Amino acid sequence: MSIDVSGVNKRYGDFVALQDINLSLPTGQLTALLGPSGGGKTTLLRIIAGLETADSGSVVIEGVEATRLPVQKRNVGFVFQHYAAFKHLSVARNVAFGLEIRKKPKAEIRAKVDELLQLVHLDAFADRLPSQLSGGQRQRMALARALAIEPSVLLLDEPFGALDAKVRKELRDWLRRLHDEVHVTTVFVTHDQEEALEVADEIVVVNEGRVEQVGSPDQLYDEPANDFVMGFLGEVTTLGDLRLRPHDIEVTTSPAPAATQGTVTRALRVGFEVRVTVSVPDQDVPVTVVMTRTHARALRLEAGSAVWLVAAEGATAVTSSRPSARPSVEPVAG
Amino acid sequence: MTVALEARPGRSRPSLVGHNLTMASGIGLGVSMLWFSLLVLIPLAAVMVTASSGGWAEFWRSITNDQTAAAIRLTVTAAAVVTLANIVTGTAIAWVLVRDRFPGKGLLELVIDIPFALPTIVAGLVLLSLYGNDSPLGLHLANTEWSIYLAFLFVTLPFVVRMVQPVLEELDLEVEEAAASLGASRATIFRRVVLPSLAPAIAAGAALSFARAVGEYGSLVLLSGNLPFESEVTSVRILSAIENDNQAAATSIAAVLLVISLLVIVALDVLQRRVARRG
Repeated sequence: MSIDVSGVNKRYGDFVALQDINLSLPTGQLTALLGPSGGGKTTLLRIIAGLETADSGSVVIEGVEATRLPVQKRNVGFVFQHYAAFKHLSVARNVAFGLEIRKKPKAEIRAKVDELLQLVHLDAFADRLPSQLSGGQRQRMALARALAIEPSVLLLDEPFGALDAKVRKELRDWLRRLHDEVHVTTVFVTHDQEEALEVADEIVVVNEGRVEQVGSPDQLYDEPANDFVMGFLGEVTTLGDLRLRPHDIEVTTSPAPAATQGTVTRALRVGFEVRVTVSVPDQDVPVTVVMTRTHARALRLEAGSAVWLVAAEGATAVTSSRPSARPSVEPVAG
Repeated sequence: MTVALEARPGRSRPSLVGHNLTMASGIGLGVSMLWFSLLVLIPLAAVMVTASSGGWAEFWRSITNDQTAAAIRLTVTAAAVVTLANIVTGTAIAWVLVRDRFPGKGLLELVIDIPFALPTIVAGLVLLSLYGNDSPLGLHLANTEWSIYLAFLFVTLPFVVRMVQPVLEELDLEVEEAAASLGASRATIFRRVVLPSLAPAIAAGAALSFARAVGEYGSLVLLSGNLPFESEVTSVRILSAIENDNQAAATSIAAVLLVISLLVIVALDVLQRRVARRG
């Protein structure tokens, strides 16, 4: 195990940021800490880095007891949301910083910096100042800077949070490829479930200072441990006593066995998909169904249409009859 | 602005080649230049002209007069030493005010500005009663050159603090954390990451502090006793030259101070650029 966190607690005054966190992250993996803002995921990352100290508990990195080690001695690479670039230094000297601190020979530093700038596709920008780079380029520079010290773990705090959607998606793919190339144990914090599902080998869902679930993207999506995880990983709607994804509901315009009858109140088209709101007699909250534009057109859905709804075969659903307890997860049979 | 101008028919203005000022910025520039000329450039030129009216020999004789030379030496040395002291203590005070939390911080914030707000002659009186011949502290600095250092230190204290403080407040703590995660010790972080960001502010504060010290009069005139070759500064020397109806000598000294201040400002700027780029 590359990172072992055990029994970690952290409070800020009355606010409990982390509560008895136990976590083991294997070497070489790309792990996402996923959760809503204020849920404690950044605090956890900063405690692993040594930028914050836990009130109790221990952190072991690559078998080395690190709980009392200052950040300088942990050999972790840390990447911040807002780049934290050294504004007065050129891109090359930003990347060289950690190596200069380690008093490496000049020739070695130059070779390493060249290699890293190539890796992050910034070799043409070596002599620029950070202010002359775009956000995405700055973040790649920050990543090269963190990788320069050959860290035992690479920690990224919302690394793409400050970038626009397109650059964000590019950088996300690029991070995945980079990780396949470099293989350093990587943990990144995100509140974007799509980002976590797409990039990570393993996802740790953190909420209100606790770990809700740990698993692969597929496990989390298909077998959410509870309502929260289910809701956080994607949109959820209620049909009878089931909570399930809006695209997992089948719609027919004639009565079907075990189907719930309802009336379409709204059909909103967003690009290729149509979001249909259906009011159901015994339910306060209307059901949301998502389907493709083609499908909706074939069914001739419009406000006022009578429809019958049934959970699709194999849909992931949790029963919502016991909202406070951790509900069981069961695949729905046809 | 440009659009509005073009929309008005029959009012086409030939555009000045190589300039792209709109009317508003043209007026702005004109007013600034006029104001600056009236208040700064013309008086400075007048000083230089008067200083040179007696010719180079006369000028040289005025400023190499033993008593005047001693006054210039004392003033410039004391101003330089005090400015160096301010660079260190001013930065430290700003650091404490921004980064630390302690009881009485609000009060300290207020007290820092007192040397600014106090009329200098009142400051002089305060210094006299504390360090004069009846000193309750047993420190008798009256009529010594140390009284000059003391007065300079007192009146220039806020400059570096007030220039550095806002810059320090804006500094991104994450940058320092990034440096720490790369292995930099606290001292290294300060030297290589924080100081380059503060350098322009420190230099600006130092320039103000030096200029203020060179021209200081009110706060020191009571305590120093204005003893020639001992505690006489240039501002006092200029005043006595004027009182003796020797305006040429007065402006000669003034011209020397002007040149020295200019050199110091340029030197500080060069130094600042070097520090800011070094890291």
